[in-house]
Amino acid sequence: MQAFTTLTGIAAPLPLPNIDTDKIIPARFLKTIRRTGLGRHLFDTLRYHPDGSERSDFILNQEPWRRAEILIAGPNFGCGSSREHAPWALLDFGIRCIIAPDFADIFFNNCFKNGILPIRLPQETCELLAQDAAMGANARLAVDLERQVIVRPNGEEIRFEVDPFRRHCLLNGLDDIGQTMAHAAAIDAFEARRRAEQPWL
Amino acid sequence: MAESRPRTLFDKIWDSHVVERLPDGTCLLYIDRHLVHEVTSPQAFEGLRLAGRRVRRPEATFAVADHNVPTSDRSAGIAEPESRLQVETLERNVAEFGVRYFPLLDRRQGIVHIVGPEQGISQPGMTIVCGDSHTSTHGALGALAFGIGTSEVEHVLATQTLLQKPAKNMLVRVDGALPFGCTAKDIILAIIGRIGTAGGTGHVIEYSGEAIRSLDMAGRMTVCNMSIEAGARAGLIAPDETTFAYLKGRPFAPSGEAWERALAWWKTLPSDPGAAYDRTVVLDAAEIVPLVTWGTSPEDVVPITGTVPDPEAEPTEARRSAKRRMLDYMGLTPGQRMQDIAIDVVFIGSCTNGRIEDIRAAAAVAQGRKVAPGVRAMVVPGSGLVKAAAEAEGLDRVLIEAGFEWREAGCSMCLGMNPDQLKPGQRCASTSNRNFEGRQGPGGRTHLMSPAMAAAAAVTGRLTDVRELAR
Repeated sequence: MQAFTTLTGIAAPLPLPNIDTDKIIPARFLKTIRRTGLGRHLFDTLRYHPDGSERSDFILNQEPWRRAEILIAGPNFGCGSSREHAPWALLDFGIRCIIAPDFADIFFNNCFKNGILPIRLPQETCELLAQDAAMGANARLAVDLERQVIVRPNGEEIRFEVDPFRRHCLLNGLDDIGQTMAHAAAIDAFEARRRAEQPWL
Repeated sequence: MAESRPRTLFDKIWDSHVVERLPDGTCLLYIDRHLVHEVTSPQAFEGLRLAGRRVRRPEATFAVADHNVPTSDRSAGIAEPESRLQVETLERNVAEFGVRYFPLLDRRQGIVHIVGPEQGISQPGMTIVCGDSHTSTHGALGALAFGIGTSEVEHVLATQTLLQKPAKNMLVRVDGALPFGCTAKDIILAIIGRIGTAGGTGHVIEYSGEAIRSLDMAGRMTVCNMSIEAGARAGLIAPDETTFAYLKGRPFAPSGEAWERALAWWKTLPSDPGAAYDRTVVLDAAEIVPLVTWGTSPEDVVPITGTVPDPEAEPTEARRSAKRRMLDYMGLTPGQRMQDIAIDVVFIGSCTNGRIEDIRAAAAVAQGRKVAPGVRAMVVPGSGLVKAAAEAEGLDRVLIEAGFEWREAGCSMCLGMNPDQLKPGQRCASTSNRNFEGRQGPGGRTHLMSPAMAAAAAVTGRLTDVRELAR
């Protein structure tokens, strides 16, 4: 996993509430056995007409937001299915950070496994950042995970909270499995106890 | 483990599965059963292969292909090349890693969340995961069951554990008896309508109360299934005699002395008196009516006797514009009577409502009636065993004579990954779980409802109050 330390980039405002994972990546594009190449279908129905041409009114089809690395999203972003194809599609497009009032649990979790930082901030703060984002290339946001701050174009810093363990993994680009393998003895002991006490499990 | 504090069902399952607690409160949680399907597992097995890892407990891992399998005759294999590749990849992976698999032509094949309980794989007190959000279904047996992403699928395959923080406890109590014409589907739609699609975020919902206790296992599974549509990580119903009677004798359930030991433990699982919940919501079952959705979020519920709501009544511009967009997508106008809405397609099936009880309910409405002209109505059993049971009862004949298609088991039009898709603009009365834009096919319009209500829509050609057909 690619580490996430600091990110300075263009932010795209996408304030619709309840953007579900079918909107992020429709099910018909999940027939892949790879993690890459899904960016082309990110937000497929919002981004393209049925004939495949781009919808010019969609933010990620406009300059400079085509190059956005940060999304300022609406409430309950990522609700719906557990498909990790959603963060894979975002990552493949180039999004590394999503800021929203709240996220659906599984999506939120999936982001951290892919080097994407999801940040929860109050609705009013998200609206301020969306205004910054609407200014485009002249208004880059800086996200500093080490210091847990977002720096607005006017220099104001906004503090955000992140789980210490997840922050540690993101900062260092750590793969969970490798870390859990270090607890193999504890898992062995747990299983041995269970086999004796609850063998049907 | 401290026994002094009264604990919830969730607390008890959680506490008994913690392998290690990290300094920040993250827990290494042991996973008892892992269900695997073809869409969210290929990258996980590939990850194992690249790292030279094995599946830690193949005997606790069960695989089945369901999401993109065709529901027409499958004896000649899968025609669609990408779907075929995913299923073949799963078959290669289960063979290489020694995982138990229910093949496409095996009667036990079906939707993973129908198969788990049906086979007795899912049991009270277990932790169960699957790379699918509707894993919450298995909570109906009193198991802590939740959906995970593919990275976590790989993590469970390799370590039989997950890194998790405990969820908060929410209690949803449904008091009283459910009125005539209402089902488990109406209960869960009413709950989602009340708390919203983010109402359960960060929580595990435990369902209780007379209306829940009175449900059979199929109804309990319908309720727990859609916990995710309320934003909750999982749904739970305390195991009781209904649960034990359902499980006894199933192929992977414990038997003999193990059954007795398991049963004794299961009986200790229900929440202690006085256990604390972070949030409690109470509904009166008597106030529940047959519900349908009008919009593109499962929280957009309205009584079948009601009308399409007016976006201008919403408190904020963001909400008004979101609702306007929904109505535009759904091709509806404010004030329109729900019962005047004509439908093109009926889909009866899915992990929400693809069990034998659901097919019985649909057949009871279809009996002696005909599918309305111009309507395509399909019934997709949740598993090959559900299909066989329905055929043994003659339900297939009733449905086919009424003009329904009787198909093979799979997820089908719930998410339209296989050829069962809506065409742009088509309107569907569906027993599935999500009415998202494009969910059942690009441009398709979904109204969620119970199997009886969907069957009623099939025979009248419009959204219909099933209570009127029963009179």
